[in-house]
Amino acid sequence: MSVTTEQVRKTLARRYRAEKRFKAYGICAISIGLLALLLLFTDIIGKGYRAFYEYSVALQITFDPETLEIDDPRDLEQLQYGNYEAVVREALQARFPGVEGREDKRALAALVSTAAGYLLRDMLENSPELLGQTHTLWLQLDDDADMFLKTSEAKRKMARLSDQQQAWMVELEQSNEVRAGFNHSLFTRGDSREPEQAGILGAILGSLFTMLVTLALSFPIGVAAAVYLEEFAPKNRFTDFIEVNINNLAAVPSIIFGLLGLAVFIGLFGMPRSVPLVGGLVLTLMTLPTIIISSRAAIKAVPPSIRQAAMGLGASKMQVVLQFVLPLALPGMLTGGIIGMAQALGETAPLLMIGMVAFIVELPTGAMDAATVLPVQVFLWASSPEQSFVTMTSAAIMVLMTFLITMNTLAVVMRKRLERRW
Amino acid sequence: MKNTHKLVLAAALALSSVPAMARDTVSIVGSSTVYPFATVVAERFGRNTSFPTPKIESTGSGGGLKLFCQGVGTQHPDITNASRRMKQSEFELCKSNGVKDITEVQIGYDGLVVANSVKGPDLDISLRDLYLAMAKDVPNPNGTEELVPNPYKTWKDVNPALPNVKIEVVGPPPTSGTRDSFNELGVEGGCKTFPWLKAMKDQDKNKYKSVCRSIREDGHYIEAGENDNLIVQKLESSPTILGVFGFSFLDQNRSIVKAVKIKGVSPNMETVGSGEYPMARSMYFYVKKAHVGVIPGIQEYVKEFTNDRAWGDEGYLADKGLIPSPKNERMKWADNAKSLNSMTGKEFE
Repeated sequence: MSVTTEQVRKTLARRYRAEKRFKAYGICAISIGLLALLLLFTDIIGKGYRAFYEYSVALQITFDPETLEIDDPRDLEQLQYGNYEAVVREALQARFPGVEGREDKRALAALVSTAAGYLLRDMLENSPELLGQTHTLWLQLDDDADMFLKTSEAKRKMARLSDQQQAWMVELEQSNEVRAGFNHSLFTRGDSREPEQAGILGAILGSLFTMLVTLALSFPIGVAAAVYLEEFAPKNRFTDFIEVNINNLAAVPSIIFGLLGLAVFIGLFGMPRSVPLVGGLVLTLMTLPTIIISSRAAIKAVPPSIRQAAMGLGASKMQVVLQFVLPLALPGMLTGGIIGMAQALGETAPLLMIGMVAFIVELPTGAMDAATVLPVQVFLWASSPEQSFVTMTSAAIMVLMTFLITMNTLAVVMRKRLERRW
Repeated sequence: MKNTHKLVLAAALALSSVPAMARDTVSIVGSSTVYPFATVVAERFGRNTSFPTPKIESTGSGGGLKLFCQGVGTQHPDITNASRRMKQSEFELCKSNGVKDITEVQIGYDGLVVANSVKGPDLDISLRDLYLAMAKDVPNPNGTEELVPNPYKTWKDVNPALPNVKIEVVGPPPTSGTRDSFNELGVEGGCKTFPWLKAMKDQDKNKYKSVCRSIREDGHYIEAGENDNLIVQKLESSPTILGVFGFSFLDQNRSIVKAVKIKGVSPNMETVGSGEYPMARSMYFYVKKAHVGVIPGIQEYVKEFTNDRAWGDEGYLADKGLIPSPKNERMKWADNAKSLNSMTGKEFE
């Protein structure tokens, strides 16, 4: 046996151990990451799942013309100013006949959401024949009453309801006059200061319009820049300088793009504040470097033999690029684009400067309507005093995460399906 | 490639549904303290009238006034909210940019509370205790008229009647308006109780300000970020620490936190409204008169806000934690709002 073999045998066990340790470090690193993710998800889902359902109460509602102060339900003016809250109040008082005194009546009326009145108005507008009739309707509860029903027995003493109100709620619960149902308003309404009436549809639409503007601008511009830099630009000091600048731009804090947007788009061009168009423009500036860099990488990955073969057959430079390089590089470019979009979707800082951090109730219908975006909605709800907004915040985060996960999965799937190995 | 075409097309469509630059929605900016109240009014206003719901941005008082004073025209906001009164310098800025006629409306008060967990002890402190516990430099404990770096470690050191626990107060960072009020109303309020420090105000105003308004930086005051909910959550998890935040957060979270009394007075609608509770600030909004009649709904929104149904003793804003002004003051401001009286510049004297 030679000396070398002897030496190898001696150190072999040690080398195996070292390798095992090395692998263990990697597994440790991944576990820490997964653990953090798990903690985040359990915390958010644990807090947020309760926002997806809500309680409503069954009440005998009489559309009494006198209480409503409406004699002709086809008269829009009268409908607008009808006293719907009084109808709800009367129904509640009929359910709890013993309640006397102004304060107690107020406390009782506070159990039902103010949305109930608007619901009655809409019903009456759609079917005028309801006037004078009595129906059993399920009406949304106020957020405090809703939270009370959602908390476990042990913690109920702490709820934001008086003892009297708690007793009423327990009575309703025991006689099955309250029920839990899917929280529709969460997905069909804009923002509201009443947690039970607040929804994220406004923010989702705002995000959608902003992303459309961003995609429509940043993808073509980014790809064009990448194609020129990779295929046509001469290699000289100037193009090096541009390359350094693009890489730099990718590392600029996003708030700076917001300041730029404020100065240029709003200040100089006089565009309105808080609109997705300006938001999209600002985010375009932010995502451009990401798209340019990933597109260049994708173009670089197309083997030169393809270009040479095409040129050998007499294709012009433009034909080579359009018919061979671009289709082959497209999967990589799209992946970069999607990742850039996902980045932009989660961005709030630059939007702060251009006024998209705002209370907007009405749903936006286009890129020129005032709107917020999903992460901004999370921020706004997180700083609201009402306890129900804590669960709403987590619910909004869950929706935002769903979008992000979908986009990132799409990027991975696309890369897997369309990628070509040479 | 086809999909990208579709997306581009969709974006183009989204852009083409663009209305003209003219605005039909009231645009409001300003204080994050007034935001929770203004938004409630805006929402009700939008639902109960045929006007669209005003858009409200939370920019902070200073930021809001800056935007407001930038000029007249639809790209500038119509109303700005402020958790303090407009400053002379801001009034001048407005004037120099052509915003000459501004109507001022006081909407009520916001109390600043020091609170702890419901699981913690009931506390009663004075502003002087608060100053001694929080200030960066305090008068020498031996009684001489000199300033020494704050030596107090526990509440008992500050005042023997208080419990023997480490001084730990969670509160907002310096960028917040709530912090400004805490410094001015709380810490400075306690500082003034030392006659020789109060005398300094007349001699050297800047030194007085820096002495009476600076907060210690040795870990006894913990900055918690702008989010008052975080402070509430922190108090819940550790019953010995105190927190500083706005009255509306106390009101909404009474099951988690309770207020520390200031010289026997606990903050509530009555004590803050009457001025008996010492840490209260008034809130305002400012209306750009040149926009009234150009942007529809400004006057109607102001009318909704200055209605007793909203800002009255039993109005819906009180349910959200606004502390109403006394009735006679409300009537005065409502009149002022109705007739859109312009500020004269004498307000600052």
